[in-house]
Amino acid sequence: MEADAAALIGAGLAYGLAAIGPGVGIGIVVGNAVQAMVRQPEMAGQVRTTMFLGIAFTEALALFGLLLFFILFGAA
Amino acid sequence: MTFPVLAQIVEVPSNVNHLFDWPAVLPFGINRVVLLMFLATLATFLFLYLPFRRPRVVPSKMGVVVETLVNFVRNGIARDIIGPESARYEWLLIPMFFWLLFLNLFEVTPLIHFPVTSRMAIPAFLAGLVWITFVFVGLKKHGLSYIKNSVIPPGVPKPLLVLVIPIDFLSTFVIRPISLAVRLFANMIAGHIMLAVFFLTTASYFVFEPKIVAFAIPLAFAIVITAFEIFVAVLQAYIFTLLTAVYIESSINVEH
Repeated sequence: MEADAAALIGAGLAYGLAAIGPGVGIGIVVGNAVQAMVRQPEMAGQVRTTMFLGIAFTEALALFGLLLFFILFGAA
Repeated sequence: MTFPVLAQIVEVPSNVNHLFDWPAVLPFGINRVVLLMFLATLATFLFLYLPFRRPRVVPSKMGVVVETLVNFVRNGIARDIIGPESARYEWLLIPMFFWLLFLNLFEVTPLIHFPVTSRMAIPAFLAGLVWITFVFVGLKKHGLSYIKNSVIPPGVPKPLLVLVIPIDFLSTFVIRPISLAVRLFANMIAGHIMLAVFFLTTASYFVFEPKIVAFAIPLAFAIVITAFEIFVAVLQAYIFTLLTAVYIESSINVEH
């Protein structure tokens, strides 16, 4: 296989695979945050801050994948 | 200011080349990105200064808006996360929040349409600043035991330390600033690419296939994504400031 083609396939796979885990993870984070807010509405503000923190940490992995996509796409 | 300076800030879509090719318009290699950074700095300064130029008991309408936003950063981010010592770090958090907000919002500002934070240098610089701040705070507060405490979690069996120390060192001192910078950069560049794709699709349908249905669909998507990008711009400025506060807090109270 040509190196360029391998880089392009790798670029697609890199972001596609990197998006799976964080997709599930953000779903879990937000779902549980909504549950927490419904159970204790008076804590909603604090829960929301923590939720955004959790999303930010989880999302970073997907964004590393996106960065890898750009790197591999540029290499092709 | 001469005309070419203005033409660099205001995007006049004559052809595509100017999206990628930004000649330096002023000495010292000052190009469009730098000019937009200056603009954002000026906007931040005016935004924080003008409404309170003449102090009065009842603030003006703009003053109420600015006060609400500053209070949001001061109370909602700094005090809630860092705690009683938060006032010492407001010099970093408040201007950084507004600067990032303006830089991010340039993505959807008419006639500019360029998120300055999608150039890696700006998030990388800010992440470096945050890194220096939280390491300095930790070292000042705890001395060298700050580094020791932040790489050795409590209650870990001795043999496992061989594994834990490198992982913790990497995650605290290397991954933190990188992920902080990459998060902002990748979010903004992804949004910019999405907007560009949909607006260019709209434009090419409009030119080559001028049926109303053909270009209405990508246009509708583009409008929805513009709204989403406004949300993302605000959210990313918020998250960057929030994580800065979290990192500073974690150096003040190194657990154990």
